[in-house]
Amino acid sequence: METKLYTITIFSENSVGLLSRVSLIFTRRGINIESISASSCSIPGVTKWIITAFTNRELLDQVAKQVERCIEVLKVFVYDDDEIIYQEVALYKIETNLLFEEPHVERIIREHSARILEIKRDFTVIEKTGHYRETEALFEELKRFNLKQFVRSGRVIVTQSPNEYITDYLVEQNRRINKINDATE
Amino acid sequence: MENNHISGAEALLKSLICEGVDTIFGYPGGQIISVYDKLYDYTDQLHHILVRHEQGAIHAAQGYARTTGRPGVVIVTSGPGATNVITGLADALMDNTPIVVISGQVASDFLGTDAFQEADVVAMTQQATKWAIQIRRPEEIPAAVARAFYIASTGRPGPVVLDIAKDAQVGMMDWSHERCRAIRSYDPCPKINPQDIDEVAQLLETAKKPMIIAGHGVMIANAEKSLLEVAEKGNIPVATTLLGLSTIPSDHPLNKGMVGMHGNLGPNSASLEADLIIGVGLRFDDRVVGDFNAYAPNARIVHVDIESAELNRNIKTFKAIHADADDFFKALSEKIKPTNNPEWLAKFDTRDKFETEKVINPILKPAEGPLHMGEVIRAVADAAPKNAICVTDVGQNQMFAARYFRYHADKSFLSSGGLGTMGFGLPAAMGAKIGAPDRTVCLFVGDGGLQMTIQELGTIMAYNIGVKIILLNNDYLGNVRQWQELFFNSRFSQTPLVNPDFNKIAEAYGIRTGKVTRREDLADAIADMLSDDKAYLLNAAIGSDEMIFPMIAAGTSYEKIMISKNENYFPLK
Amino acid sequence: MTDNNPIKLYTLCLYSENTVGLVSRVSVIFTRRCVNIESISVGACSIEGVTKWVITAKTSRRAMEKIAAQVERCIDVLKVFVFDDEEIIYQEVAIYKVATAPLLKEHKIEEIIRKHSARILDITDEYTVIEKTGHYSETEALLATLKPYGLKQFERSGRVIVTKSTQEAVTEFLEIQSQRLANNTTNS
Repeated sequence: METKLYTITIFSENSVGLLSRVSLIFTRRGINIESISASSCSIPGVTKWIITAFTNRELLDQVAKQVERCIEVLKVFVYDDDEIIYQEVALYKIETNLLFEEPHVERIIREHSARILEIKRDFTVIEKTGHYRETEALFEELKRFNLKQFVRSGRVIVTQSPNEYITDYLVEQNRRINKINDATE
Repeated sequence: MENNHISGAEALLKSLICEGVDTIFGYPGGQIISVYDKLYDYTDQLHHILVRHEQGAIHAAQGYARTTGRPGVVIVTSGPGATNVITGLADALMDNTPIVVISGQVASDFLGTDAFQEADVVAMTQQATKWAIQIRRPEEIPAAVARAFYIASTGRPGPVVLDIAKDAQVGMMDWSHERCRAIRSYDPCPKINPQDIDEVAQLLETAKKPMIIAGHGVMIANAEKSLLEVAEKGNIPVATTLLGLSTIPSDHPLNKGMVGMHGNLGPNSASLEADLIIGVGLRFDDRVVGDFNAYAPNARIVHVDIESAELNRNIKTFKAIHADADDFFKALSEKIKPTNNPEWLAKFDTRDKFETEKVINPILKPAEGPLHMGEVIRAVADAAPKNAICVTDVGQNQMFAARYFRYHADKSFLSSGGLGTMGFGLPAAMGAKIGAPDRTVCLFVGDGGLQMTIQELGTIMAYNIGVKIILLNNDYLGNVRQWQELFFNSRFSQTPLVNPDFNKIAEAYGIRTGKVTRREDLADAIADMLSDDKAYLLNAAIGSDEMIFPMIAAGTSYEKIMISKNENYFPLK
Repeated sequence: MTDNNPIKLYTLCLYSENTVGLVSRVSVIFTRRCVNIESISVGACSIEGVTKWVITAKTSRRAMEKIAAQVERCIDVLKVFVFDDEEIIYQEVAIYKVATAPLLKEHKIEEIIRKHSARILDITDEYTVIEKTGHYSETEALLATLKPYGLKQFERSGRVIVTKSTQEAVTEFLEIQSQRLANNTTNS
């Protein structure tokens, strides 16, 4: 079974404690979470989480079903990289002196389409958005110049389909609940 | 007009009543005392059973829930009160039992301070519940109770926990209660796709060797009738899992017995030969499947379950159908045509005959030697009313009871199947009797398991709960002993038990007892036990080297089935 | 709540071993204290073998520090730091998917992109994907601008931060630890 990086999006009601419940399901199957980002999405009241993990599709599909069993979880989708447009942001901190002493550094920043976020007397912060291998490539280059700090965000994604998949689901659920309410009234 | 500006504690009780609760199993303590104080005013509507240990409360609630089909309610205090129910929660989650546990919690300001009797109950129970939530304000209580009952009892049922902080119990609020009818993120009623049913009917038409396996889900969905209709219309043999026992009467000609590690030769062998297996409401776990890679090599497997996460989880299916068992059978019975495979059905009977001769008769009709578990169980089953409920503990007593009891009425078998919790039996039997006071409840329990929750004899005494306790006493942890004899060179490491006089213990609790060691006394002893509707302990002395067969060694395929210590049956030869 | 302990957004920066199951251990500590996690991002840092997490939550400094102390008790957690916004340089990335037609019709696209310093990732007949890095208020402002044009999907990452000190905050801790380990080995 092929192991590669998959992206899981989870739409949930914003409920305290759900993160631990969800992550325990990954733990139980021995899957390490590579990155998580949780934030609001375009639908009010709904939280969207993006989790990436190295695993195989079959195991991940099972995990997704287990996650979907959690009461507050609305819907779970599993994607491989071909199915989504994704982006990460990374920050790099280097000594400001480098910019004056090492002419390469400016060229590296330019070549990697990175940008300088802040210059202080003793340090400079560089920002780069891109895919993992792109932010990683810049990391490898800057490592040679006494990189002071580095951090990369979890992935943010939109799908190749024109709408949030979850929208259809929510419409369907509202229809279901209205029917139940009508029947009992 | 009724004053509805009340405390959270009172709101909790009123909401429980609105959800149809009349029985509660529980144990008071410091952080739940406000609820118990209010309970004092509601004893006419809420019957509270004070158990002797919180684990007893939850197992009793499980027994109650599984015989009534309604959620069992447990109230415990914070900290140890709550942690003592965790085994029961895990058990209820595995065996799909609707349970609502209400636990006291320290006041909100003390949360996370390691206050006296504080435990992070929601975190601890997350993996052992269908839903767990903490309540910190009184006004959250009615909606949380409504959600709890809805979640516990719908879809695939399961346990839920409401962890209620002290200040939420004490604080005042304006109470009103509305039952929960739907949750946006939770859809418990999958719709049947008619095309799936057509396809299954088609598969049945072309199948030469079909078999239905009925699991616990059939019982939970109250699908006993529709199962029988499908089986009879289609003339299809039916096997059950352990927890599927009693979904089809023992004496029905299409009931071909139980599958699994200690199941019957007929259906276990048939799984190797069948070309179509329709599994409904079961998980296909390791005890049913044996070797995951060698299971049912010739069969197309249709798996029907109300939980989509179970489909294709353990075994690959030909057709996975996300549906309620009753909906499925009802829809299928409209489409099904009779099959005619007399040779296939005859195969079950041949193997059944072989098993009766080789395994069953030596136990039921022995010439000499100490009592067998199986003969005690069958004698009880024959003497008891036809609608008696068989409750078991875990181990040999469980497997013998499963195999040798007779089931004539729905929901007659109650056991800890998935988690295999020793000590489950006695409190579960208590709860079953409270849930079904008009039925005879027979508990089969070993000397090991009985001592794990023996304090509940006190509850039986206090509330006069008429449980018939049949102690299958072999002075051993018999099931482990069997594995040691078969697979560990008879090195009986830590399995012999030095036992007390169980009759004296029961008598100290005011429970009538009997003792039987000789075969010729068995019938009289059982008659004495069943002569009234009060609690009774029958101490039956069983030979210590008793073993349960047939047996398929853990993780192996069904191609080799042990029928005694030295003898194997090879279904394909 | 006193005024010297106001509720605002705090950032917890956590360094840990890369261990399965740590996410759940850490997040229950927040749950137990009734603090909701606003955003979380877990990823690599400049020290090999060390995972850096950035978690934001709205609470008081005192509550956040108590949580930090509990988090640090987890065996695989190396070190935890609490920052408010003044102490760090932070950034988020957001991506927006909008219908292409209305944007083109009003000839607004270039103006919007330029004004918000955003950038286009992808344009098809159906949709356009726009990326913007910045602080919450900045990505939010672009969100408001794009909404009238038929916003299809939107997502914002958790926060990434670097501190205003020159090293990774955990570097010193790691040096002390490796010294301690070296001493223990020679003593035994």
